[in-house]
Amino acid sequence: MRLPKMNTSKILMISLLMALFSVSGLNNLRASSDSDGEEKAAGGTDFIMHHITDAHEWHLITLGHTHVTIPLPVIIYDYEEGIKVHMSSAFVDADHNPIEVDGYMLEHGKLHSTNQAEFMDLSITKNVASLIISIVVLSLVFITVAKRYKKGVSAPKGIQSFFEPIIVFVRDDIAKTNIGHKYERFMPYLLTLFFFILFNNLLGLTPGAANLTGNIAVTMTLALITFIITNVNGRKAYWMHILWTPGVPLPVRPVILIVEIIGIFTKPISLMLRLFASITAGHIVVLSIVGLGFILQSVAVGVVGTLFSTVILIIEIVVALIQAYVFTLFSSMYIGQAVDDGHH
Amino acid sequence: MDLLLPDSGLLIYQLVGFVILLFVLGKFAWKPILAGLKEREETIESALLAAEQAKNEMQALQADNEKLLKEARAERDSILKEALTVASTIKEEAKTETSKITARMIEDAKAVIENEKKAALTDVKVLVARLSLEITEKLLRKELADQSAQKELIDGLVKDLNLN
Repeated sequence: MRLPKMNTSKILMISLLMALFSVSGLNNLRASSDSDGEEKAAGGTDFIMHHITDAHEWHLITLGHTHVTIPLPVIIYDYEEGIKVHMSSAFVDADHNPIEVDGYMLEHGKLHSTNQAEFMDLSITKNVASLIISIVVLSLVFITVAKRYKKGVSAPKGIQSFFEPIIVFVRDDIAKTNIGHKYERFMPYLLTLFFFILFNNLLGLTPGAANLTGNIAVTMTLALITFIITNVNGRKAYWMHILWTPGVPLPVRPVILIVEIIGIFTKPISLMLRLFASITAGHIVVLSIVGLGFILQSVAVGVVGTLFSTVILIIEIVVALIQAYVFTLFSSMYIGQAVDDGHH
Repeated sequence: MDLLLPDSGLLIYQLVGFVILLFVLGKFAWKPILAGLKEREETIESALLAAEQAKNEMQALQADNEKLLKEARAERDSILKEALTVASTIKEEAKTETSKITARMIEDAKAVIENEKKAALTDVKVLVARLSLEITEKLLRKELADQSAQKELIDGLVKDLNLN
């Protein structure tokens, strides 16, 4: 348990450095473009934000003034008028200016009501579409892999031999070491979590794809599920440790109690922020470097920037793997602490 | 700071989607995969164990064979040795027996010869005595026609007897 902690602290350092770097990169972008005027500065950050935030349509490429986009359904749950469904392409006119549809307007990626109606945005956004794709792909891949195992004992073959070491790694090095003999009950969650994060981290790196795991709503959901599983499975020893920490002088116990109760919530929050920050930061770094050539309007910077962004992208692939590992590792550590019977 | 504000729509979809994925994969993928992995690991483990056992048994068998062979060899050697001893003893015994028999036969022969000699001598003695008697009778018949001669002879004989 010590060793992975060491590794993860290193990983955290790397992600922190990357985040810092990305912020400074963004500032540079702003600073350098300030001299060129307000318009370009806004264009620089918009270009990055457009890539890392969610959208109501799937923008693939812009050729000249033509936007190649896949329209996605915009689903609005109006508290008074019920569900309204329109395609995202309906919200813009021929010149790409936002227009009102059914009392709603879509501006700067946000839906708002023109008559101040209360509503909930349940659109199949780019991220939701990506989520559905990843669910379908993951299901197909692993049900295919599972078919081989149903045929009885045989040597791994094809796609199975690619995934089997990863599954065994999650089982032996993440679940078994951190949860102990009760690991089997949590295996479905940990495996789903690991492959969901890994697949979407990698998918997020491909051009044109959505940035699902760099979205706080997604990481929040995943952290929330870990939080629920941890506390629902909390044994007596776990709650004793939080509420009335044994082996601590009596006057200190109330202080520890406060710290421990905060700790229950900081654990999932750290999970949520870590994944969100490292993936978003990585994307911002790559986009900043790519954007540098356009902002400075220099071919040389563009060439160097492209080469450098390739290096960063390779690091991003590693980060994608590491973050999937770290999220699963910490989830299993929290679960392991909760289900421990307390034989220290 | 739009980035840090979660969209409720995506939150709901993510929660529902992930739970669906969890159930689908849990039921149709992870369960058979983990069961299959476990089964395979157990099979490999038991196969390895069986192989190890077979190897040990083989070794034990080989050692047994070696031992048996050694014993057989030792037994053969001892039997041979014993047979040789027995043979030589028999030879020795036969020799002594033969010499004994020979000696006895010689002795017997000697005794027979001695007896035959004695018998022959007795026969000769008897013959001589008879002949002597016959001669003596004849002589006496002739000589002892008169009384004096007879008396003279008897005296002579008595004299001889006394001397003996």
